[in-house]
Amino acid sequence: MDFFDRFAVPHPSFLIYASMVGIGLTMIAIVLGITYFKKWGYLWREWITTVDHKRIGIMYLLVALLMLFRGGVDAVMMRYQLSMPDNTFLDSQHYNEVFTTHGIVMILFMAMPFITFFFNYLIPLQIGARDVAFPRLNALSFWLFFMGMGLFNISFIVGGSPDAGWTSYFPLANNEFSPSVGTNYYMIAIQIAGLGTMISGINFITTILKMRAPGMKLMKMPMFTWSAFIANVIVVFAFPVLTVLLALGTMDRLFGTNFFTTDNGGMDMLWANLFWVWGHPEVYILILPAFGLYSEIIATFARRNLYGYKSMVVSMVVISVFSFLVWTHHFFTMGQGAFTNSIFSITTMAIAIPTGVKIFNWLFTLWKGKIIFTTPMLYSMLFIPLFTLGGVTGVMLAMSAADYQYHNTMFLVAHFHNVIIPGVVYAMIAGLTFYWPKMFGFMLNERIGKWTAWLMSVGFVLAFIPMYITGLDGQARRMYTYSESTGFSMLNMVSFIGAGIMAISFALLVYNIYYSIRYASRDIGNDPWDARSLEWATHTPVPEYNFAITPQVASTQAFWDAKKNGHELFKGKIEKIHMPNNSGWPFILGCIFFVFGFAMVFSIWPLAIVTLIGILGCLVYRSFEKDHGRYISVEEIEETEAKLRGAKK
Amino acid sequence: MKELFPVKQVMGFVFSLILTAVALMVYFTDMSFSIGMTILLVTAFIQAGLQLVVFMHAGETNDKNSIYLNVYYGLIIALITIFGTLLILVWDM
Repeated sequence: MDFFDRFAVPHPSFLIYASMVGIGLTMIAIVLGITYFKKWGYLWREWITTVDHKRIGIMYLLVALLMLFRGGVDAVMMRYQLSMPDNTFLDSQHYNEVFTTHGIVMILFMAMPFITFFFNYLIPLQIGARDVAFPRLNALSFWLFFMGMGLFNISFIVGGSPDAGWTSYFPLANNEFSPSVGTNYYMIAIQIAGLGTMISGINFITTILKMRAPGMKLMKMPMFTWSAFIANVIVVFAFPVLTVLLALGTMDRLFGTNFFTTDNGGMDMLWANLFWVWGHPEVYILILPAFGLYSEIIATFARRNLYGYKSMVVSMVVISVFSFLVWTHHFFTMGQGAFTNSIFSITTMAIAIPTGVKIFNWLFTLWKGKIIFTTPMLYSMLFIPLFTLGGVTGVMLAMSAADYQYHNTMFLVAHFHNVIIPGVVYAMIAGLTFYWPKMFGFMLNERIGKWTAWLMSVGFVLAFIPMYITGLDGQARRMYTYSESTGFSMLNMVSFIGAGIMAISFALLVYNIYYSIRYASRDIGNDPWDARSLEWATHTPVPEYNFAITPQVASTQAFWDAKKNGHELFKGKIEKIHMPNNSGWPFILGCIFFVFGFAMVFSIWPLAIVTLIGILGCLVYRSFEKDHGRYISVEEIEETEAKLRGAKK
Repeated sequence: MKELFPVKQVMGFVFSLILTAVALMVYFTDMSFSIGMTILLVTAFIQAGLQLVVFMHAGETNDKNSIYLNVYYGLIIALITIFGTLLILVWDM
């Protein structure tokens, strides 16, 4: 029995047992459901082996939504625990695990796949390409990410969750202070998912540089593609730091090395340092694509082209460089001198300048525009004031002397939620609503959508503005309870109510999807929003080859010119199209990675060695595999085109 | 005959062997830490540049500008990280 003892959860509670049962029943229900409806073959042929960027994108979306709800449940649990003084809903260990997983799930397994979904779905369509540059590699990226996500998520029912915070600072994260396998899960699951992210970063850079439609110079790309390009450049330069950092951390925990120990020449502060060398650029990896989506949405619904295209691009390039120059502001209080802190204070404040340029560009786009208040536009309009508030408190935090007051208080928690929720989450939901008709052929209900946006914003303000106040009064973050005499209880109760309202708004989003599937009109055409860029120039649903004829581009808004100014988008005639073949290898390699990760987490060396050989075997096989893809014939394309051009029911 | 005997690559190979030998000397001879470190750093960077240009064929294709731009950007980020870290953890701690 000794062998199996290690898989037990070290701090079991009723909630964990309940989720074990819940997960078990859901898995059985899914397997039975697929078998009953005979969908295994369909699932394998159409989804698991697919290399189509649109389908891979939708799988990223599904994971992101699933993780949004997992992270959301964590958030509501934390807010409930803190809503009353001396609450006993969660004990300290369980609270540690909840805030750790909340952070990792929301950043790495919700926000990252959500933006990768937009990258996958939109980049090839916006630049007029047939697929990404390396479609098979794209599938591998997804499956590595998916398996990393899966490995991380089984941690709380097999062996115990990580509990050292999402930053996992050493020495807290070493074997002495974090003896459970939870932190091993952190090191290895994020490593596997991070490999996937790095591969897709390279993939998208190549796609954008090499596969743009004829005439689309770099300075004629749609703004979302620009933001995606910059974000992926940051991915390629920042993620190697994370890879090395996690590898060193893994060696410290599994093989007894001394990189982050406090003696034998180790340097525990190096973890915090390198973590933020990756961690700060990561923030901009998330926010820049969000800015790109807002640019698309605001230009569409203000009925004007984007104000200050060049300054938008320049400000993003400046942000991408500055993102590597500010990391020390995450640990002003660690003990380095005032000189260092001053340097990083100034660089941090300087980053507010390009961001401010972008805010003004959006405002000038709106100026004298004929604004249409759709749901995506409503989110964008709520984003501007709320995000600016978060940005201003960011400048407050950037002052290193004042930071000694704010550091690790709820003020900081309020600040980063204030930039991430109106910045990233609103952009994701606005973008989802905006592109929903392109993906699924019907629109989400506008009335319910607007209710969702307003409820989410009211909930957001109630949940996070009180934290600024309690933070300034000294409520520390990650503290699982407090006494009544501190006087924090009233504001924390308000915060809990706000979290509840936000939870309702997310439930309303799900209801909206259900409602629209049942009742929304399917007769919406290819361009329901009267939008401006190329992704709206093809059919809905998008055929697998995207564009029957490669579009010709002459401006930043080729499709708008084609509609209003007589620009001819599709010249020439239909020719046969070369497409990649589907492949099961990315999925199989992903599965082997999953087992390898599991074996590493629990130090089962024979299994780890066997799976490592399996991974290398897959790579060797791929190196010698001959797969030249296939052609779609002209007749087949004409047939598809005729069908898609016909009247829809 | 020129196609059959790639002079540049053979010379590059010999030179990289010499660089390796020089680096190995640090281990086998008795010298101070700072001199040893200097030799290692210098030989390592020359070696990396040599591999990149001679054996990985940077600069032989049309996109040589973007390749070098990438390498320079990577170098700048790496140097910022290293010197920033030194500043935080050693020089100003």
